Amino acid sequence: MNVIQGIGARVISQIEEMGAMLLFLMRSFWWLFRPPLRLFQITKQMHFVGYKSTFVVILTALFTGMVLALQGYYSLRKFGSEGLLGSAVALSMIRELGPVLASLMVTARAGSAMTAEIGIMRITEQIDALETMAINSLQYLITPKMVASLISVPLLVALFDVVGIGGGYVVGVKLLGVSGGSYWSSIESAVEWRDVYGGILKSISFGLIISWVCCYKGYFTKMSAEGLGKATTESVVLASVLILVWDYFLTSVLL
Amino acid sequence: MGLFFNLGSPVERAIIDMGSSIIIQLKGVEKTLGGQPVLRGVDLGIPKGDITTIIGPSGEGKSVLLKHMIGLMRPDRGQVLVDGVDLAKIHDRELNEMRKKFAMLFQSAALFDSMNVFENVAFPLREKRLVSEPDIQRYVPEMLERVGLGKMGHKFPSELSGGMKKRAGLARALVMGPEIILFDEPTTGLDPLMAHAIHDLILAMHKTFGFTGIMVSHEIPKIFPISDWVAMLKNGKILAMERSNDFQRLSDPLVQEFISVPGSIAAS
Repeated sequence: MNVIQGIGARVISQIEEMGAMLLFLMRSFWWLFRPPLRLFQITKQMHFVGYKSTFVVILTALFTGMVLALQGYYSLRKFGSEGLLGSAVALSMIRELGPVLASLMVTARAGSAMTAEIGIMRITEQIDALETMAINSLQYLITPKMVASLISVPLLVALFDVVGIGGGYVVGVKLLGVSGGSYWSSIESAVEWRDVYGGILKSISFGLIISWVCCYKGYFTKMSAEGLGKATTESVVLASVLILVWDYFLTSVLL
Repeated sequence: MGLFFNLGSPVERAIIDMGSSIIIQLKGVEKTLGGQPVLRGVDLGIPKGDITTIIGPSGEGKSVLLKHMIGLMRPDRGQVLVDGVDLAKIHDRELNEMRKKFAMLFQSAALFDSMNVFENVAFPLREKRLVSEPDIQRYVPEMLERVGLGKMGHKFPSELSGGMKKRAGLARALVMGPEIILFDEPTTGLDPLMAHAIHDLILAMHKTFGFTGIMVSHEIPKIFPISDWVAMLKNGKILAMERSNDFQRLSDPLVQEFISVPGSIAAS
């Protein structure tokens, strides 16, 4: 009986947590459309989430594109289809790897920092201080991060795609001797607007997942250093898992 | 002065007899945190314009009580009435309006660590846009001067001592001219001299600005000279509330035990 009670308690607790997360998202959106529009805060967060993630995104994209070209070249060569290397790299990047890997990098770099920042503000009563000044903490702290993520992640994904395709070019054309003309022309003929549109849609939804999960975990962190560490770990793990799960569902709908 | 609601307890009647009105009233407030009952039916009236200090052993829920008064926590049962309005029954927007009457000095001062002292103090003024920027540039240094931080405006919270942080927090609390200021253990972690200086500062600011002060403190007997009223929270209820001078003469053994050996109990 105790085992059943234990399982039941866990299930109820998980459902409560999901409900709390959904309410948190809805309340944050509600405050997004109420004045004042915090342009300075949004810009500051875009600088943090977007600009400061560019280096790590470029680095990841470059090597992803390079390894993709390397693997793709030897697979395609078996069928004498090296000319299709460009389309293989570009489609993989635009449809899947760009949105997923860029979002995972943003989660690791900016998402964890979001949780830690908000969590420290919670522990040191800075969030309570905002509330006592009649300033809504969701509007001041959370909505700018959400807006910044919704704008920055698609831009980073676009950058990831371009750099990744460039990395593939360097390895495929410059190192392995695939014709440059066929590399670019295969991209031109294979990539459709639907692929780009799908990538953009994915990156926007991943941006929302990152800011939602990471802000929620920080906002409701337990009032201790251990609690904050746990919240940061949980936010990165949960956001990453949600990105991968949501990617599958979105792909199955888009295809 | 008019009353906002019905008053029943002898202390509340005494407050009225002395010509004060009650600005905050708690009626049967109950709160359970993490499955543990913290407040078990608190009845308390806070006199307007006076300093009321709430004392009691650590972990009794004094800070929780303070957070109920400003709507940072909502009671499981009971009412928290501010000027006759029940905080538990109003929406976020109305609660925000109500909070404009309040300011709070937190135990940790709760300064925003990404801003320097000047920006911290100017923050509520800039957010509310009630004062022009040139006025802020003139008014904030004046306020910092009043709390003894005249030349510290450019410093960040991490560069300040505990006492300086409390002073900066007090300046930020005072800057909007609130009717009510809540002080959550304003001298915790400070040396006796600095604690004395903070108490003097609170008293001086009270005389200057005339706010209603509600303080949670362990500093016995230092709180008696600066408080008009003292209330003791014990076992989740208000055990006693009296004028500061009379409180020390209460015969209740629990009160006497607490105020006569503060070192052993208050620090526990």
